[in-house]
Amino acid sequence: MATKKIIGRTALALASASVLLVFAVSFLPVRFVVLWTDALIFILCAMCVGFAAYASQHEHLRAPWREVARDRVGVVAVVFLSAYLVIGLLDSVHFRMPLPDVKQSTEQQYSNDVLSVLDWMATPVREGVEKSYSAPFAAHLYVKETVDLPDGSKVRLYPRLQHGGAHLNNPEQERSGDILNTSLLSVIEGVVVWAVFTALLISWLARRHHRSVSEMFGLVMRGRTEIPWHVILLTTAILILLAILVVNLSGKYHIFGTDKVGQDTFYQTLKSIRTGLVIGTLTTLVMLPFAILAGIAAGYFRGLADDVIQYVYTTLSSIPGVLLIAAAILMLQVYMATHPELFETAAARADLRLLFLCIILGVTSWTGLCRLLRGEAMKLREMDYIQAAVAFGVGHFKIIGRHILPNVMHIVLISIVLDFSALVLAEAVLSYVGVGVDPTMNSWGNMINSARLEMAREPIVWWPLLAAFIFMFVLVLSANLFADAVRDAFDPRLRRSGLRACL
Amino acid sequence: MTDTLLQVENLKTWFGTGTGTVRAVDGVSFEIKRGETFALLGESGCGKSVTSLSIMRLLSQPAGQVVDGRALLEGQDLLRLPEVKMRDVRGGRIAMIFQEPMTSLNPVLTVGEQICESLRRHRGLKGEKAQAALLELLDAVGIPDPRQRALEYPHQLSGGMKQRIMISIALAGEPELLIADEPTTALDVTIQAQILELLRTLQKERGMSIMLITHDLGVVAELADRVAVMYAGQIVEQASVREFFNAPQHPYSRKLFDSLPDINKRKSKLAIIAGSVPNLGQEFKGCRFADRCEFAWQTCRDVEPVWQISNEGRGIRCHLYDAQLLSGRPVSQAASVAVEEDVVPEKENQQISLLEINDLKVHYPIHKGLFKRRVGQVHAVDGISFNIETGRTLALVGESGCGKTTAGKAILQLIRPTAGTVYFQGTNLNDLRGESLRKRRADFQIIFQDPYSSMNPRMRVADIIEEGMTALGVEVSRQSRQARVDELLTQVGLSPSMKYRYPHEFSGGQRQRICIARALAVNPKLIVCDEPTSALDVSVQAQILNLLKRLQDELGLSYLFITHNLSVVAYLAHEVAVMYLGRIVERGTVEEVLQNPRHPYTQALLAAVPVPDPDSRREISPLKGDMPSPIHPPAGCHFHPRCPHAMPICNDIYPGETVLSDKHRVHCHLYQDLAR
Repeated sequence: MATKKIIGRTALALASASVLLVFAVSFLPVRFVVLWTDALIFILCAMCVGFAAYASQHEHLRAPWREVARDRVGVVAVVFLSAYLVIGLLDSVHFRMPLPDVKQSTEQQYSNDVLSVLDWMATPVREGVEKSYSAPFAAHLYVKETVDLPDGSKVRLYPRLQHGGAHLNNPEQERSGDILNTSLLSVIEGVVVWAVFTALLISWLARRHHRSVSEMFGLVMRGRTEIPWHVILLTTAILILLAILVVNLSGKYHIFGTDKVGQDTFYQTLKSIRTGLVIGTLTTLVMLPFAILAGIAAGYFRGLADDVIQYVYTTLSSIPGVLLIAAAILMLQVYMATHPELFETAAARADLRLLFLCIILGVTSWTGLCRLLRGEAMKLREMDYIQAAVAFGVGHFKIIGRHILPNVMHIVLISIVLDFSALVLAEAVLSYVGVGVDPTMNSWGNMINSARLEMAREPIVWWPLLAAFIFMFVLVLSANLFADAVRDAFDPRLRRSGLRACL
Repeated sequence: MTDTLLQVENLKTWFGTGTGTVRAVDGVSFEIKRGETFALLGESGCGKSVTSLSIMRLLSQPAGQVVDGRALLEGQDLLRLPEVKMRDVRGGRIAMIFQEPMTSLNPVLTVGEQICESLRRHRGLKGEKAQAALLELLDAVGIPDPRQRALEYPHQLSGGMKQRIMISIALAGEPELLIADEPTTALDVTIQAQILELLRTLQKERGMSIMLITHDLGVVAELADRVAVMYAGQIVEQASVREFFNAPQHPYSRKLFDSLPDINKRKSKLAIIAGSVPNLGQEFKGCRFADRCEFAWQTCRDVEPVWQISNEGRGIRCHLYDAQLLSGRPVSQAASVAVEEDVVPEKENQQISLLEINDLKVHYPIHKGLFKRRVGQVHAVDGISFNIETGRTLALVGESGCGKTTAGKAILQLIRPTAGTVYFQGTNLNDLRGESLRKRRADFQIIFQDPYSSMNPRMRVADIIEEGMTALGVEVSRQSRQARVDELLTQVGLSPSMKYRYPHEFSGGQRQRICIARALAVNPKLIVCDEPTSALDVSVQAQILNLLKRLQDELGLSYLFITHNLSVVAYLAHEVAVMYLGRIVERGTVEEVLQNPRHPYTQALLAAVPVPDPDSRREISPLKGDMPSPIHPPAGCHFHPRCPHAMPICNDIYPGETVLSDKHRVHCHLYQDLAR
């Protein structure tokens, strides 16, 4: 009964927290905007939390996740993914700033710019717009300009940047020293923050396992804990150091340079994270009902249902996906162009297009999982326990819900995590082709698309591509490593307790 | 020629390292002489297969490690041979055949190619010479029309044929030792008799040694010269077959014999070995069998018994045969050894017919082509009739593929019959649809063969047992359902505290008990038992049979017992129906059918069962050929192509029913005149 108590307490805490949040929000002088994708993301998060709560009560669901947590590579990937997730979530709370009351009207006017919490936190970087390209850590523009000197003559030179390195008097001599100083300070800050984090974590662990703090510290450092906490601590140390370093440096410099219109590239890559995550997760959310329902129905009922579903997905998968996506997106574009009154802000427009991209990607990508599930359901329906359920007169839908669905969930999970990275990459490709997200939306695909011209000019502008590449690479790599860990833990054929089979 | 061929000394094979080490083989020593058949007998998980894999160095690396011991093949230690040299030994000097002929052959190569591979590797034969050797081999293993068969793929051959091919591949390298790992377990009795006969003749002709790994005492008695009994990673007894079967010494061996069901034990409970095989992941202090042994005393739990060899050359690992230690045994306990004879009185019920089946048919259509045209049908069940009375057991006996499982499922309406009637207490179940059928489902339940796949691994035991009650509305309130779950678990010999566990935490026998509890939950009158014990070890099988018998006496259940195991039939059933290719060829009471079989198929089936008695090694000629396909059953009597008594009339007309006595009926032209 202790578990019930815990659930009750958690529910109470969550409820009170949300009430508090609503209160706090209503007093803030901003107007919150909930975009479609925001709402879906938060629904998805709620579902994940709900599933986690449910899984923690059921041993057969909890066991494989414990296996994931024991996998060293797996937890490193989780730490990186959660860093991405935090940024993505911060970027998913949108609001509009109030405009200064100019006309003395009774109604408060709000800005047309929809900002996210991330935008608000990164205000200096966001507003530190230069004139055009500038290289990473540069103090000068990357292109020559004609400047009027006070004496009336004109000179062509690389002008100083307005924000990047603006605090330096003599950039050539002071810059490297300044960067080094800032970095050292950041490292010290990082170590302090990490130490605090470690102390909090270890004292929490000690309380949970009923041990003394020093004892727990020894266990964690020697790697004697079930979950490799020392690996987690090391990864967070790297992440915290990097984060603080980046925050401090980007306050003074454009660490990844600026793009053609002078916007900070680093800020753009950060903004792209949300796009990538939305594409990777919401698409799966869209396709799951199709795949699960159709796949299980085809495999379980066989006969006519099977024929129809097979026919549909064979047809669908023989049409090139890009063609379908391009057609759907172009249609949407026309619709949006003819109905401008439907969208209050530009962000809402871009957001709707993103959502549609997710839906259309989902519609074209459910066939793979559907086929897998059909085969599995066909195998399962012949299992003796399903026959036994039929012999008890249990109804079809109860059999599906109670006997088939739980036994195919591992396949669903494995394919979700495997698909995620493929979808992130698909977005990049589609945006490059021009049928991806809205051109005004920050995304890695759009950055790569514009890099097409930047790589062709002389001297070459390489940093936007590099920035997009690094961020995308880390995300996809950790997603793939995580997927491996999940597959190892969930696939019954790869279970480590394979000793039985050996004997 | 009595010199030693293979000598294994103190072999230890462990799996995994650290805390989870499983000592699968823990100090096994034996020797195999030239030209003899040495049997390694034991239940599943006792380490007998691992022993043979260790000798062949085929353990899956790095999980399994041979940590100690030697395996000397004519003085050469195989365990320390370099891998290159080992390849000459494998298939060349020692060959191996496996349990599952279906998966041991490569499906994309013709059988000829697979045999030639071994001929080329070990005898360097190519071209014409290889062809000649190939045909000779196929001929030796009794494959008709070898020239044609060599060009066929494994899927074109039957199970018995595949096992013959496996044997011919093993023989291709002209091995001195043949390791046969459960060579007949996956085969039907008539095919098993063929393969055993084949192994016997091959050994006689070639003078090779055979190491036979099996769990079947009958097979040992048929084939072996010497036998070693393995238990929990150790050999506990070793003797010549005659000595062993006349007087098994180790308590475990004795129990194995006692737990075999047969017709003479009908009136009593079968002896069971209490508890289960110990976990091999632990370090043992005393005797490994002590916890299950009724002779055990304190010394057994403290001191590990040593291997002793008696004057006649028998070896045993038991304190009972250690004069020194035996003197310290408490006397009071020695007296209680006498096995209590627990007589179960056979009740004579008033015979009320519960289930009447008339001309039941299940045909599967075969569709082909673009428009799914119907091109034929599988006559899985082709007109069977019988009835079962309350509180009685009818055994449906037949080889795999004869349609007995389909018949069972058709009676329960899990598969819809094509024709015929199934009257259950006066209602024709074939006419019921939807809700009205669902309501009757509580009356008839099923227990499956494989206890591993018959429970949803994601559900707890309590939920599994409760499912039927909820679906059929047997107990309305949650409390009463939970109380019933507790009661059922107690009834099948498990503890109610186990109900919150998941199926994977139970052993095979325990799972089968849970399945029985699940079936009982809805108070059925008839239970279809579909080979409920064939996936279990002998000692566990005895537990389940005892349980089924007890439940029948207590609750007045009727069983339709589907099996291929005739000794189980003899122990449990009241009536027997023998099925061949979708039809019942003979039925009657157990005594009538098993002691006075009339149909040639029943006679062959009974003769093919290996008897655990080496003195009765029969010189019978096993049934020729395989069961024909149920798509095109032979014209006339289905059995005539294999029948030793076939007459011209058998080719044309399916024989009608001949009534031999009140219950005994047979379909055979031989007895047409005897009709009363």
